This record gives sequence, C-alpha cells and structure tokens, in this order.
Amino acid sequence: MTDVALTKKDFTSDQEVRWCPGCGDYSVLSTMQAFLPELGIPRENIVFISGIGCSSRFPYYLNTFGMHSIHGRAPAIASGLAISRPDLTVFVITGDGDALSIGGNHLIHALRRNVELKILLFNNRIYGLTKGQYSPASELGKITKSTPYGSLDTPFNPVSLAIGAEATFVARTIDSDRKHLTETLRQAAAHKGSALIEIYQNCPIFNDGAFDQVKDNETKEGSLLQMVHGQPIKSSTFGVIRDGAILKLVELNSVDESQLVVHDAHDPDPSYAFALSRLSGSDLEHTPIGTFRDVIRSGYSAMVNDQLASVITAQGAGDLEKLLHSGDTWVVN
Amino acid sequence: MSLMSKPTVAVKSVIIRFAGDSGDGMQLTGDRFTMDTASLGNDISTLPNFPAEIRAPQGTLPGVSSFQLHFADHHVRTAGDAPDVLVAMNPAALKANIKDIPRGATIIVDKDEFTTRNLTKVGYQTNPLEDGTLSSYKIHPVALTSMTVSALSELPLSRKEAERAKNMFALGLLSWMYHRPTDATEAFLKAKFAKKPDILEANLIAYRTGWNYGETSEDFATSYEVAPAHMPPGIYRNIGGNIALSYGLIAASQQSGLKLFLGSYPITPASDILHELSKHKKFGVITFQAEDEIAAVGSALGASYGGALGVTTTSGPGIALKSEMIGLGVMLELPLIIIDVQRGGPSTGLPTKTEQADLLQVMFGRNGESPAAVIAASTPSDCFTMAMEAVRIATTYRVPVFLLSDGYIANGSEPWMIPDVATLPKFDIDFAKSQENFLPYERNPETLARPWAIPGTAGIEHRIGGIEKQDKTGEINYEPANHDFMVRTRQAKIDGIEVPDIEVDDLTGDAKVLFLGWGSTYGPIASAVEELRNNGEKIAQAHLKYINPFPKNLGAVLEKYETVITPEMNLGQLAMLLRSKYLKDIVGYNMVRGLPFTTAELVEAAMGVLHND
Repeated sequence: MTDVALTKKDFTSDQEVRWCPGCGDYSVLSTMQAFLPELGIPRENIVFISGIGCSSRFPYYLNTFGMHSIHGRAPAIASGLAISRPDLTVFVITGDGDALSIGGNHLIHALRRNVELKILLFNNRIYGLTKGQYSPASELGKITKSTPYGSLDTPFNPVSLAIGAEATFVARTIDSDRKHLTETLRQAAAHKGSALIEIYQNCPIFNDGAFDQVKDNETKEGSLLQMVHGQPIKSSTFGVIRDGAILKLVELNSVDESQLVVHDAHDPDPSYAFALSRLSGSDLEHTPIGTFRDVIRSGYSAMVNDQLASVITAQGAGDLEKLLHSGDTWVVN
Repeated sequence: MSLMSKPTVAVKSVIIRFAGDSGDGMQLTGDRFTMDTASLGNDISTLPNFPAEIRAPQGTLPGVSSFQLHFADHHVRTAGDAPDVLVAMNPAALKANIKDIPRGATIIVDKDEFTTRNLTKVGYQTNPLEDGTLSSYKIHPVALTSMTVSALSELPLSRKEAERAKNMFALGLLSWMYHRPTDATEAFLKAKFAKKPDILEANLIAYRTGWNYGETSEDFATSYEVAPAHMPPGIYRNIGGNIALSYGLIAASQQSGLKLFLGSYPITPASDILHELSKHKKFGVITFQAEDEIAAVGSALGASYGGALGVTTTSGPGIALKSEMIGLGVMLELPLIIIDVQRGGPSTGLPTKTEQADLLQVMFGRNGESPAAVIAASTPSDCFTMAMEAVRIATTYRVPVFLLSDGYIANGSEPWMIPDVATLPKFDIDFAKSQENFLPYERNPETLARPWAIPGTAGIEHRIGGIEKQDKTGEINYEPANHDFMVRTRQAKIDGIEVPDIEVDDLTGDAKVLFLGWGSTYGPIASAVEELRNNGEKIAQAHLKYINPFPKNLGAVLEKYETVITPEMNLGQLAMLLRSKYLKDIVGYNMVRGLPFTTAELVEAAMGVLHND
C-alpha cells in the first residue's frame, strides 16, 4: 500500500447498504468508516467479524477483511483469529439477541479472557431480522409478536453483564451522537484487551423510539448522566453521590457540586463500575453514558504468544525427529 | 534378578488382563508391562477398559477397571479374545471378568481382599477361592496386600499409602513370570516419583518383592518366555491412538509450515489429544480450551481464516454441537480438521466405551447440502498417517475434513516403526497474493479449491459469510441458478478429492467372500481372516480409510465378490452408504456393546456366510 493517508472512502466497500430507511445502523457505519482512517492501520490488517442479525451485515459495507458468521458465535471465531494472528485488529459486530441470547456464553468468556477484540453491541432491544420478537434486552412487560400479553423476562443490563464477566473496558454510547460514538471508539481502540461498547440503536420498524428518552431534545439532557474521567458524574438535573458503599442519584440542586462522585474509569474495583451500571433502569430516565470501566490487564492473545515464545526460548524450537523418538524405543534388526 | 532356578517354558503368545478397582492403578500397571514387553521385541496390542466414573464406590462391580495386553512372537492385531492370565485385585474384579476367562487359564488374586464384607458387596454367597467354583482354573491366591505392607514396614508410610504400592507387587510378579526386563520400569518410577522419595522407595520395593516372590514361592513353579516377533527392521516405540494423532498433527504443521491451532473442549475419550498438544508449545502449537464445543470449532475456524491449521477434537456429542459451525466451514471453504474420537451413544451414552455410530452423523449431520470429507484411522499408529492425510485434504481442497477415531484405537496401543522424518510428505501452502480485482471464490480448475486469502494481505480485502455466495465474486447472491450451481460445485469438490485406491488382500485371488471394514475393526477382521485362512477357508479382506469420497476402485472391488460382509460397531451405517451408492447388498455383522469385536465371533459370522449356514 502507499503511504498516503487513508480516508473514509477507502474504508467504504462497493456494496449497496441494505438496512431499512432510518435505521440507526447507518450512522454507526458512517461514523466507523470516518473513524477508521484515524487508527493509521492498513485496511488489510483490520478484520470485522459479525454474527447474525440486522447489524451483523456491517462487515459487508467496510472495505477491510470481514466475515459474516453464524448466530452468536462471532466472539468465538474472532478469538481464534486474534489469538493466532496478534498482528491484526479485530472488531466484533453483534446485537442484543446475538450477543446476549444465543451467543451469551461466547461473549462472557471472551471478556473474561480479555481477548483483544473490540466488540460493538448494537442494542435495539428487539429482534429485527426475524421481524419483531422480544430480546433479552427488552423491557419487562413488552408487547411484541411473541409476547402478545407482555414479556415475563427480566432483561439483561449489558453493561452490568460485561462488568460481571470481568471485562476490562465497558462503555455505552448512542447511534445518533456521532461525536460521542467516535470518542468512545477512540478509547476502545486504544484499550489493549477486550472492549465492549453498548450502542443504543433505534430500530424504526419494530421498536421505534425505544431510546427517545435519551435522544429527544426535551429529555436527553436531564436523562444522560455524563461519565467523563476526572469529571463529576451528572446530567442537567441529577448527580451521583456516594452513600456508604453504594452510589445514589440526587437532584443537583440538593447538593453541592463538590459532593458529586468524580468519575474514575480506571478504578481497579469493578464494583464501582457495576454500581454505575445499576443507576439506569429500562425506562432510561437516568442513563450513565460514556466509559464505565477502562483498566489495564494483560491481553489474552499477548499472553498466549508470550508463553509460546518463552517456552521456545527456554527449550529451543521443537524437533520432530526427537519428538517421534521420545520415550522408550527399541531397535529391530 | 536374572538368576533363574525354575523351569522356563516357551510360548508363542500370551494374553494378560489386569483387573482391579479403578483406584488400584491397573492402567498404569498395564502400561508398564506393555512398555517392558515392547522393548523385548514382541508384537503387542492393548485394550484398556475403564468405568465412566472416576472413583466408583470401592470394591463394587461398576468400579472395576481393566487393562488387557496381547503379546506374541508373531504379528498380533487385537488385544485377544480370551485371556490366558487374569490378575484380579479384589472379588469385584474376579466377578466382573471371570466370564471372559477360558477354563484352564491362570488366575492370580489378592486373597487379602477376599473378606466376607468384600464378597458380600458383589454378591458372592461363599468365597470362590474356597468353594470349588474355580477348580477348572489354575488359581493362585496371593497375599498381595499384606506382603506389600510388610515389605514396606520400615518406611514412614501409613498403611493406606503402603497398600497403594500393591499394583507394583503384581507387576513385579508378572514381570518375573514372563521374563520382562525391570530397568525401564525402575527408571520410570524414579522419574515419576522423583519428588516423593518415600513413595518411590515403596514402589521400587513392592516391585522387587513381587519379582522375588515369583522366584521363590512354590506356588509359581514355572516361568514363560515369548520370543521376539519378526518385524521389519527399524526403530520402534509403543504408541496409542490419541498420541499418534497428536504427533501426526504436529508433523503436518511442521511439514506445511502452518501454525497448529487446536480449539477444544474436554470430552472423553478425546481429551488426551488436548493434553498432549498442550505440552508441545515449542512447536508453536496453540491449544485453546474453549468455553464449549461450539467455541472450540469456531476458534479453530477463525484461526484457519487467519492462515493457521485449525483443528478441533471431540467425540460424538461434541460433533452434534459443532454442526452449524462446520456448515459455516463448508460455506466459507476454508481448511478445517474435525477429529471425532467416537464413543458409545446416543446422548451421553457410554462415554468410556467404543463405538462407530457417528459415521452418518459426520456424513450428513448438517443443514442443507453440506458435504465434507470423511476419513477414518484403522489402528492406533494409523492415527499418525491419517492425521497427516486430513491435513493434506483440508489444505489442498480448502474443506472441513472429519477424521474418525474411536475409543478402542484412542486408548489402545501397538508397536510403531517410527517413520523417517525425511520421508514424510511435505505440504506446499499457497496463500493468495496481493493482486487487483481479487475474486475470493474463483476456483482452481483441478481441485475446485478457492483461494486461501488471509488477512494481512494488501489488496485482497474481501467479505465472506454463511449466506449463499455468487460464483467467483463471493458476494451475497440469492439467485436460483447460482445456488444450484454452488451446491453442486461444493459437492463436486468433495467428490473430486484424490484418495488412494482401496487395497484388497485376496491371497489366492479367487475368494468369493470379502470382509470389508472401516475404522478400528481392522484388527479383529484381520485376525479373523488369518484364522479362517489357517482353517483352509478362502476369504478376502479390504479396509476403508477414505469414506467421503470413497476410493475410485471401490465399486469394482464390491462387484468382484459374491458376498461382502461388513462388521460395524453400529447398526449398519457404512453398509447403508455402500448399498445406496453401489446398489450392492452388504451382509452386516453389527454389535453395539461398547467393546471391539472378538476374533471368534467374526470367524463364526464368516463361516456362516462361507457355508450358507
């Protein structure tokens, strides 16, 4: 490749994008295409691996290496690739059904191992591709095609789940907020291990307006609790204070700003980030946004390859002849 | 220990079965006797048989573990039907095994264990050592436990710790009986217990005491000698199927220059491949113990996509879980090795027992028209060769390849003439190069393989996936004619895989009956054929190692024989494939007991066909 800096166009494939008009996926794609040149990584060293669902079409639209795999399994496939090819930058594209339901097992284990994957979880709280069933992120009581009398399932909070799974980087952002999304991608890309980004993404067909509370101009400022490392955590109306071991919401006018919790994304104790994640409920009235947790722990692929290298340093490279002759042997003349 | 004062009798072959509680160390005892026997130049074949429970209640029938060994001055192909010697460490081991022991055989028991309590536990009303029920056997009641304990009385060990060395007493006694050398086992013990000097001392003393007991006790009047077998000249070692398979994969990795990546989830009886490969990091082998069977094969496929040699190892239940991912492998047309060490099914089935009932599962157990290559190893050492063959096929044709093994060959062992590394096949791997207008599904006209286009190669960035693809471009395509073409092309690619012709062993060339087997039935069939021929019968033998595709000459071979008998440890799965492809009737001989066939039953089955009984 030439040394000329890449542009958004270089990362755009020739495929026609086929999401529904108004889908939140468009803005995430466009933001990603615009962000990738910033990484300074050649296109051929970037791989996008997705599962199944509307958002999992994402890799087709990026002019990098890409694989549209099977339902829920992208983190497993991506783990094998990242471990055997530590030179690559591997993104996983998944949705709330793909990552939290059928693929829940792979997600939690990739996070606990801290495999160097950047996982973008498009959460639209619905099954879109199968036309409108409730998902593991849908709110309790939700009326959908498969729950005409209301869902009885308690939803997952994806951020709480990821922190519980020992994730080293967990963030939340919104499809329509390009600036915030770009900044979140930037932080995730800079992180050495697994990074999970939950993206609130609107499905205009089957769950339109699911995130209006944090998108509409009248309500968003009062609902979004901005988490910026080193800054007090607050929305326009509420702030977060410590109350013993727990975090609590208070109206801003009831406390002095100095009492608010100053965000520390690098706090090694996951219970802090977990407590932050519990401030929000399905109604989104108080929704922390930004990076919950960003701590340093050795990446899995780095450890695997370091271990290989250290064994080879200590014992020398393997000799097939010696291996086949190991143990008791005898000669027949 | 070489001073022999008792008469020695030369015998041609011996079958010994060591049986005891699963905590008695019978597998280790059997392994050591095998190694010491192999080094004397006898041909050998072994068969371990252990319960699914790690430690079933002590002294009960379900807790009995055994190890059978057949060694001879001639070529042996199975672990033997009927033991000449049974070593029974307790009443449960006697009761569980006595039905297999022919009258006149030697039985050595630990008489200390024949207490009323232990006898009652397994339903003996009276003591079989005293009630005359064993009078047609050469019975040797030996105070194994108490002699071991008293020999170790000087050591600072608890009684329990001392008792644990009794398997070495038994090994010493048998080693005396059959003139086995002791150096290798002593060296083995010294290495194994290097950090536990008291335990080492206990084992060495017990081992030597057992030997000396044979030498001095009047109960053992004779020892036996088995001359070395005539084997082709070379350097040999004893090898089990799972180890041979692991070595084959490492060899293929070395010969191809591909990094070996194993994604695996622990499952009996395949786990030993994961254990073995995890030791060999200096060959650059990556072993990834995944969170489940799906992730195991998924990670292997991801590694293959990146240009590694992606392998997954499992048994039948694991294949069931991996099916969808293997289907993705069929669609992506990437090399992928899936090793199925078959066990008794369905469901959890018989985890520690052998069976061949996954054949149709690996052939057809995926959605859609989803062909994959299927090959099968026939003996423990053949696992080495077939692992390399699996890699040849997967990398040449860029397809998933199933390699079938089973519990019998995975855990069984035989002598193996170690191949000269210089003669092993080399695999040339050609990754797609940087180029313009790259077409990810443009095929090699001879193999129909698509390019292996790995990330990191500039200019060939492309997207692939499980959705049907357009010919050549690999772009999503739902058109009817294209789908029909792609389905047929994927099938044609598998059908066109080059495999060697099947060889027929037909001594006189005019046999009318053919024994056709696949997988681990090779040993029992070959053994039966030998016996039938010794009895003057005419019978041919052929063994299938390539099942999808079949060898090109298979149809002609089937055509040539009036009757084809196919023994399978299933209800006729290969027979079904043969009948449907060649419209030839197949006489099945089918048993699903979790055990390999005996030579005797196959001889009988063949006699029935040969003489129309």
